[in-house]
Amino acid sequence: MMSDLQELYQEVILDHNRRPRNFRALDDARKAEGYNPLCGDRLTVYLRVDDGVIKEATFQGSGCAISKASASLMTESVKGKTVAEAEALFERFHRTVTASPDAPVEDLGKLSVLAGVRQFPVRVKCATLAWYALRAAAEARGDVVSTE
Amino acid sequence: MTSGTAISAQRTTPLDVAAVRQDFPILRQRVHGKPLVYLDNAATTQKPQAVIDRLVRYYTEDNGNVHRGVHWLSERATDAYEAARDIVRRFLNAAESREIVFVRGTTEAINLVAQTYGRTHVGAGDEIVISTLEHHSNIVPWQLLCEEKGARLRVIPISDSGELDLDAYQKLLGDRTRLVSVVHVSNALGTINPVDEIIRLAHRRGIPVLVDGAQAVAHMKVDVQALGCDFYALSGHKMLGPTGIGVLYATSSLLEAMPPYQSGGDMIRSVTFEQTLFNTLPYKFEAGTPDISGAIVLGTAIGYLTQVGLDRIAAHEHELLEYGTDALSRIPGVRLMGTAKQKAGILSFVVDGVHPHDIGTILDREGVAIRTGHHCCQPLMHRLAVPATARASLALYNTRDEIDALAAALGNVREVFA
Repeated sequence: MMSDLQELYQEVILDHNRRPRNFRALDDARKAEGYNPLCGDRLTVYLRVDDGVIKEATFQGSGCAISKASASLMTESVKGKTVAEAEALFERFHRTVTASPDAPVEDLGKLSVLAGVRQFPVRVKCATLAWYALRAAAEARGDVVSTE
Repeated sequence: MTSGTAISAQRTTPLDVAAVRQDFPILRQRVHGKPLVYLDNAATTQKPQAVIDRLVRYYTEDNGNVHRGVHWLSERATDAYEAARDIVRRFLNAAESREIVFVRGTTEAINLVAQTYGRTHVGAGDEIVISTLEHHSNIVPWQLLCEEKGARLRVIPISDSGELDLDAYQKLLGDRTRLVSVVHVSNALGTINPVDEIIRLAHRRGIPVLVDGAQAVAHMKVDVQALGCDFYALSGHKMLGPTGIGVLYATSSLLEAMPPYQSGGDMIRSVTFEQTLFNTLPYKFEAGTPDISGAIVLGTAIGYLTQVGLDRIAAHEHELLEYGTDALSRIPGVRLMGTAKQKAGILSFVVDGVHPHDIGTILDREGVAIRTGHHCCQPLMHRLAVPATARASLALYNTRDEIDALAAALGNVREVFA
């Protein structure tokens, strides 16, 4: 099998696909749906934010291994971060998965396992779907909060 | 035609797939270091050299606008454009060339009917009948029309194997049914619908029928007069021709009575600021400069299909379908979707525990091109209770070796996701 496939489907990713972490709905939380009309992947991201800090992040939905593993890893990595920090992490993550194949991989902790996506440009949408939903979830309530 | 002699033998002899493959230059490519195995023909087919050459020749020798100039090139382009219309007429066995309207593709053909025939004949409380197997292009135009008119969309259910429930269909036909619009061959499952029976039942009540033939015309003989359909829609690029050209067939009596679709040049007889007289058929429905080269090259594609022989193509693809059905059925964890008795060359499947997109990526690395997703049939996916499927779709140039490559690549999928 070719090495770029092995790099894409690393054991960590397959594990998060098989046993997604934080795979549940949160009552009374900020939420937003990420939908990729091209492939039908659909994820809902739930956020419990307290004083600008993400206390809890969960998700539900269906999608390919990449989108599910990415969502699972994301919920782990944003917990305890401020919304602004999570947004900054998304930007770094997005840079990583869209970088040219020979660029060095930034250290993003566990999220770095998704760097293999850069070899597969059509799969970038899968890897970033949950992050867009996270951003939307964070912003949606943010608007409400700002008017109160 | 480049290798015409190799394939123009008796119709009774089987298709010489090696000779056919020689005609398709794109198939000689390697993908990720592996021979290209192109199994996404329901999305679009590859083009034979004759088609590619004709396109180049048109712009090298024939380019001029049609129905306008008195100069030599305009006449040349017009002659070729109208000759292509007659090639389509013969191909579909339509009664008259003026029943062949060039459009951009099946989607535009259906929209044309919805916006002209539909808007004149469908009113509040009326009904349009489609089926669960429809592509979004044969759902959404009717939905929009129903919304505008206060009409209702009725849907023929299917069995688990992907066959239309004809009893339910009969019950759906009523006094308020204004049109039936069904797919000839399902792009997602390969089901060949009994359109002759569907038309017969509708006509008994005087209801016209549109048949979406996008997935049929490159794979089986279609005779619109034998079928008795009122409208037949097709896309050039799914039948070895270029993108951007398609055909709406409609009986001349219907076309005569229909209002124009788009308006502008070429579709008019005379224009004053007070009044416009519309052109005769089919020009009434071809506003603006048409896709002249597309139509002409579509004619070349039809010539190629006819020369190879649609009966022979159908037999070849059917044999491959059986071989592929058998091969995929043997792979543990693979489940075929769509097992209708009458099926065209489409193998839609899911693999336990693996999303179709991951299948698609892994197969691509083996040079195997398939489609993964909902195939623009979200209501059908909902009915089948899957978010998506992987789909291998066959054409005349596919081989048993390619089915073997597909099966072997599916072995890799199981390896990665073990």
